[in-house]
Amino acid sequence: MSEQATPLWEVFIRARNGMSHRHAGSVHAADAEMALQAARDVYTRRGEGLSIWVVPSAAIIANDPDEKGEMFEPTASKIYRHPTFYELPDEVANM
Amino acid sequence: MTDTALFTYCMRLADDSAILSQRLGEWCGHASHLEEDIALTNIALDLIGHARELYTYAGQIEGKGRDEDALCFHRVEREFNNLLLVEQPNDDFAYAIMRQFLFSAFMHPFWEAMMNSKDEQLAGLAAKAEKEATYHLRHSAEWVIRLGDGTEESHNRINNALEFLWMYTGEMFECDEVVSSLVAKEVAIDPMSIKHLWDETVNTVLVRANLERPTESWMQTGGRKGEHSEHLGHILSPMQYLQRSFPQAQW
Amino acid sequence: MYTQALNNPAVEAGVEDEEKLAAFQARIDREEKIEPNDWMPAAYRKTLVRQISQHAHSEVVGMLPEGNWVTRAPSLKRKAILLAKIQDEGGHGLYLYSAAETLGVSREELVDQLLTGKAKYSSIFNYPTLNWADVGAVGWLVDGAAIMNQIPLCRCSFGPYSRAMIRICKEESFHQRQGYDLLVAMMKGTAEQQEMVQDAVNRLWWPALMMFGPSDKDSKHSADSMKWKIKRFTNDELRQKFVDATVPQAKVLGISLPDPDLKLNEETGHWEHGEPDWDEFYNTIKGNGICNKQRMKDRIKAHEDGAWVREAAQAYAAKQAAKKSAA
Repeated sequence: MSEQATPLWEVFIRARNGMSHRHAGSVHAADAEMALQAARDVYTRRGEGLSIWVVPSAAIIANDPDEKGEMFEPTASKIYRHPTFYELPDEVANM
Repeated sequence: MTDTALFTYCMRLADDSAILSQRLGEWCGHASHLEEDIALTNIALDLIGHARELYTYAGQIEGKGRDEDALCFHRVEREFNNLLLVEQPNDDFAYAIMRQFLFSAFMHPFWEAMMNSKDEQLAGLAAKAEKEATYHLRHSAEWVIRLGDGTEESHNRINNALEFLWMYTGEMFECDEVVSSLVAKEVAIDPMSIKHLWDETVNTVLVRANLERPTESWMQTGGRKGEHSEHLGHILSPMQYLQRSFPQAQW
Repeated sequence: MYTQALNNPAVEAGVEDEEKLAAFQARIDREEKIEPNDWMPAAYRKTLVRQISQHAHSEVVGMLPEGNWVTRAPSLKRKAILLAKIQDEGGHGLYLYSAAETLGVSREELVDQLLTGKAKYSSIFNYPTLNWADVGAVGWLVDGAAIMNQIPLCRCSFGPYSRAMIRICKEESFHQRQGYDLLVAMMKGTAEQQEMVQDAVNRLWWPALMMFGPSDKDSKHSADSMKWKIKRFTNDELRQKFVDATVPQAKVLGISLPDPDLKLNEETGHWEHGEPDWDEFYNTIKGNGICNKQRMKDRIKAHEDGAWVREAAQAYAAKQAAKKSAA
């Protein structure tokens, strides 16, 4: 195969103001403007978005899933970070 | 009383959109990559939307009970009043993009100005169409730039398309008695009033695309009077075939 | 279904670490989703790449039979609906290619596999669309059959595939309806229109049933896919669901289905049906369908004609990048 690969971009869309951008999918495009247009044409055909981010897929840094233990397990034992850890006297209905 | 000028004006605009969307529809499933396939179809869908509104409105003005489909599918070549530019074939992607660019560079300021039309229907449509045309212009202009300043092959192809299509751009600025009578009523706009905007867009984009603007030359005319290139008949034949073969049928 | 060719035994079992395999299977059994960077058996990866890419190819080739009617749609409304629908298929192909790419294979490689004939796509798209009612019948029967398969795929164990399918199912909900709506309109019309509908259904009914793949007794290796929760129902189960859902709709439409063996089993509540012509099925998969060669020719032409466009976009991007770094 001789053809050079067209870069991959990740597409993030804000559905409504007040919400954060969410990953919608990806597109191929040679440059940022074309990626933005492709994202608009592909991922907002049904009024799904008010704002689009495109990010070169290669620019995303991800943790190694094998590091899951050191990265995410230490947090499991800190149950005091959650409100349900604390018992309220019956007289106090909400807090 | 039927407003013949307004009817004709709407039909011209409707035919432009209908014929260009038919041309764009030919790409569906055949574009260079999926992203562009989807983009071209989006433009086609916008234009079908304009055509439907304009035909429907024209039918109401005419008052003979013709709906959008009667007007689109039951007229012959000589009754179509679209610009010659929009019926030009998809020789390659460069032709399709240059055709879209030259047209959208006009339609963008056109709809913007039409938002002030005294005709409420047209002003309403313009408000929606203006946004769509802005995007069509952005999309096609960015491609013109990339093809013009891409490879030697793409440069040659887009340049060929520019040189071929240029002679069809004069028609957009024609102002016959239909247009001038509506300009007087502030229903239509004088196309010459937005010529400087079209020039500015075209010049800017062509410079960025390393393309030379063709010298002012002989401009083709005839579309608005139903005198077309040979292509139109071949566009209408498949387009109208079912309506013509089964005139009693509803679809 | 869109991945019928998977029904050929495919994945050679490599040597995998037993412990990792067991842990992986335990995750699947707990209904955990597998994400691209997670450890997975090579066979799982390979099955997914094949299945997702075949699904993607089917969407893209599937644009062609309906595209056959874009310029001839009989009203502006129908033309808009048809374009929007075909556009969705393109979008679905794109989402699926993206999902496959998370497994480390590029879009260019996947497209190359299709165009060189290494990859398969659904047999249904090798049948021609011969009259306008075919557009409706494709929506009603072909998309209807596809939905049966795609809804369970939303729960597929591989995260990106499952997410793509959720998006696809959401968008596709109008596809079957528009097809049925088109047919209903024609059935209310002239005798000629009604004949077109019956003709379309007569031709597309059996190919639609074949979309679910061979009968379970001949489908050798769904086992792995079931174990890995890529697939959750067998071919025959899905086919039966489809027939049960469709027969009453045919009745409402007022057309007959071309199967003399079709009858309701009062006890089970299922519609019993005849056997599709499996010889025709295998031949169509092998490339002997009436449109196989044409479909590939069209895809190759679009790809080759578009090469200079893709190259131009890349050349421009490279020039801009060079200018930027020089500045």
